Amino acid sequence: MKLKWEDDGTFKSPLSRARGLGSAGGAVTHWWHQRLTSVANLLLMLWLVCAAAQMPGWSYDVVAGWLAQPINAVLMLLSVISVFYHAALGCQVIAEDYIHHEGLKIFKLGGIRLFFLATGVTCVFSILKIAFTG
Amino acid sequence: MSEPAQTQKAAGPKPRPLSPHLQVYKPQLTSVMSITHRATGYALSIGLVMLTWMLLALASGPAAYETFLSFAGSGVGQLLLFGWSLALFYHLCNGVRHLLWDMGYLFKIEKAYKAGYIVLLFTVILTAYFWWSVSV
Ligand code: HEM
Ligand code: HEM
Repeated sequence: MKLKWEDDGTFKSPLSRARGLGSAGGAVTHWWHQRLTSVANLLLMLWLVCAAAQMPGWSYDVVAGWLAQPINAVLMLLSVISVFYHAALGCQVIAEDYIHHEGLKIFKLGGIRLFFLATGVTCVFSILKIAFTG
Repeated sequence: MSEPAQTQKAAGPKPRPLSPHLQVYKPQLTSVMSITHRATGYALSIGLVMLTWMLLALASGPAAYETFLSFAGSGVGQLLLFGWSLALFYHLCNGVRHLLWDMGYLFKIEKAYKAGYIVLLFTVILTAYFWWSVSV
């Protein structure tokens, strides 16, 4: 089996073969995605806070009716995706900083991803169900 | 092996700088706000469980939503929601401070402090304004 950094006969330049293999191991992408989702979070959370502040009560009919509006459903979907991704990236950094046992860390990073994937998918499905049937 | 420590030290590499020893390092606005950004980010992430519960309950129907509402309206629920809103406004305001740093602003010590106080002020104002306008 050829290792990732060996010449695999695809005429890749040394640079393209090295991409993602450095000590940085994708940290620049991680960093950049954290900033992108920060800016998205900023706008989306301001929208969500304003919407929550103006919600005329919190009964089932009011909230489900609000979320069934296409514009609200779309912005809520974007919020969930941006916030959950940002949270997963952020918690990964925290775990990397504080867990020094390599095996435990890999287990932990997997747990964090699965956690945010599972809760994020739950949110997306719930919003879609309300938007399409509510 | 039995060389005096003195000569060993002189022969060895120059000692590297150590990171601040937290027990004896005086807390400062900048360092406390930095760790608070991390703590609020972590708390907000855990708090997403409650958002997930709310959305799932809404999708499941009025009965499930009632269960959620009775928790959210309880003392513990209100405390959690208040804490989450406070954490969000802090993290949001301080996040802007972080993004300004990333763009190369606020590196002068006085500016980092001034922006820090502005963040704290806005956190209080936004949290108070939110709970004043929201219907509970
Ligand atoms: C509910 C929403 C949010 C959650 C769950 C969340 C969560 C997190 C977490 C866990 C971290 C990692 C902290 C660390 O590495 O020390 C983080 C970092 C960050 N967050 Fe958020 N965040 C949210 C909203 C926002 C918003 C609205 C902004 C807006 C400006 C923002 C800006 C940032 C920035 C700039 C960082 C990186 C800070 C650094 O360089 O250390 N976040 N967030
Ligand atoms: C999937 C379920 C989870 C399990 C079983 C779990 C388990 C653990 C354990 C055993 C530790 C201690 C590691 C050590 O002592 O070095 C730990 C630390 C940590 N966990 Fe989790 N965790 C879970 C979910 C999460 C989630 C969802 C987050 C992020 C929101 C998270 C963030 C962290 C962080 C940042 C640490 C390091 C803090 C420290 O070492 O004190 N965990 N976790």
